[in-house]
Amino acid sequence: MSITPTEIRAWSRLGQRGAFFGVAMPRIAAEKSSLKLLTADLALLSGMERFQNGFPEKFLNVGIAEQNMIGIAAGLAMEGDCVFATTYASFIAVRCLEHIRQHLSHMKCNVKVIGTAAGTAAARSGVSHWATEDLAFMRSLPNLTVFSAADSLEAVKIAEYAADTPGPVYIRLSGGLNCPVVYKEDYSFCPGRLTELRKGNQAAVIATGLMVAESLRAAEQLEKEGISCSVYNMHTIKPVDREGLREIFERHGLIVTVEEHNVIGGMGSAVAEYKATLEHMPRQVFIGFEDTYAGAGSQRYVWEQNGLTDMQIASRIKNEWELKSQVSMIGKKKND
Amino acid sequence: MNINMTTENAARLARLAVRMRLDALDMALASGKNGSHLGGSLSCMEILAVLYGEVLRYDAGHPLQPDRDRFIPSKSHCVLAHIPALAYAGYLPHDEILEFQKDGGRLTGYPMRPEIGLEYSGGSLGMAVSVGIGMALSARENGRDSRIYILMGDGELNEGSVWEAFMAAAHYRLDHLTVIIDRNHLSYDGNTEEVMGIGSLGRKLDSFGWHVTACEGHDTGALLEAFAEEAVGKPHAVVADTVKGKGVSFMENNPRWHHHTLSRSEYEAARAEVLAKTAGDLQGGAL
Repeated sequence: MSITPTEIRAWSRLGQRGAFFGVAMPRIAAEKSSLKLLTADLALLSGMERFQNGFPEKFLNVGIAEQNMIGIAAGLAMEGDCVFATTYASFIAVRCLEHIRQHLSHMKCNVKVIGTAAGTAAARSGVSHWATEDLAFMRSLPNLTVFSAADSLEAVKIAEYAADTPGPVYIRLSGGLNCPVVYKEDYSFCPGRLTELRKGNQAAVIATGLMVAESLRAAEQLEKEGISCSVYNMHTIKPVDREGLREIFERHGLIVTVEEHNVIGGMGSAVAEYKATLEHMPRQVFIGFEDTYAGAGSQRYVWEQNGLTDMQIASRIKNEWELKSQVSMIGKKKND
Repeated sequence: MNINMTTENAARLARLAVRMRLDALDMALASGKNGSHLGGSLSCMEILAVLYGEVLRYDAGHPLQPDRDRFIPSKSHCVLAHIPALAYAGYLPHDEILEFQKDGGRLTGYPMRPEIGLEYSGGSLGMAVSVGIGMALSARENGRDSRIYILMGDGELNEGSVWEAFMAAAHYRLDHLTVIIDRNHLSYDGNTEEVMGIGSLGRKLDSFGWHVTACEGHDTGALLEAFAEEAVGKPHAVVADTVKGKGVSFMENNPRWHHHTLSRSEYEAARAEVLAKTAGDLQGGAL
């Protein structure tokens, strides 16, 4: 049954986390007997009441003990359950890193770890509650598939896919309530494949998480200024869509990666790692946190401090594109 | 639980522990210059002999049978005790125990291979009780009678996640979960009370809501009695008082033997000592 635009709007108000745990998980639980959902004292914040009331036997709150949660999840998975375990992205990806490495990465337990409020959604709570390195940590773990949702609908799609596919997964959910809509209508989620959201022919913007919506608006602005940008949603950070990337590299003169994450080790790095193995490929601009924890305040404020708003992304791309044009003109003159 | 607590059975298990000790020495010698974890394996030899020789319910011919009891050595470095026990239990040919460090071998590097009784890939300390909780919850939910046994070292009690797990196991009233603590009082760097004091372990566990049994960890009869205790609505902790390096005088209570190479002459001396103490016993009766 297809998802209606009304549902899409309602889910966007719940945010990625609310849609994932309040909508997708109860739906999955109704059909999957082996499902378990574990939280570390964040059931209320994550919108789990419906799940908790509807499926108490599938629900476990382990208290504020994230590392223990990963071990319990592994034990349940070793006995045949499909386990979803969640807390703030920084707590799960950083505090639990070794437990995830041992049980999910090395032992390949069928556990899906979901990091919520990734990026800087909890901006005012300070850096402790940010996650701007989670992709770097999770991406470096063998056997783990890594997803990052662009909006609430995609979060639901990723939940359904992860529940149906055995194997360990890290799912990055960004933002709080009211997540901007990227997908206005129902669509077919293709794991492992970059999604083209806008077709252009000069610069290619590859974005993930909340930066997808920002990048789409940046591309609209750039269109007005005479620069034609493609925009891609990289929802699967690992494995990397090599075929899709190669095609993008070949069709564009500049590659721009945009993520609410450190520029070290994240989605941009994943793109660059592959690009570096190819010859004669375009230059890449990394937009993200420049190896810093700059700014505390509202999420928008933090983004502004770090050049992550739509207009800042547009102006950065414009500058880079003009620079590139100048460089290639100088190159031509030299050759003449 | 149906545990045979006769003195004959205790004596049989003591003989099994002696055989396993001899196996451990063979393995340590075979490890050559790589060295091996002798001290902490010798301290839990009786514990493993009693578990595999009497307490655990398993069928090596059907290793994945859902109703089996689960055993996880959270102190996974006790390979010199665990692998001989698995060989005794029929999970692997006895000759194979000497290949425990073979490049690419199926016993090398604490692997997870449930088909030969290795339920869990450990190595990093303080993680396995959490896994046991997941297993015990699953067994209870699915109406399986499986019991989950986790062997811990005392040194790994320094890990914080262990106490998260102790709290949770009592909270969930997991009376099919038994944790055995090999209380040998030594970690890599020395006496546990000097490195990082563990203090009154029994009182700590009791206050966490566990049923606690203290026992002499090299007395097979005492271990049988400890395992036979019923802990209703509570997880069970068996605090086994042991000696690191037990059975070989120059290894006993010596932290140097936590991980060390064994020379040929040390091997001969150790073997003679293990045999001398128990030679008569070893001759008598089947295992």
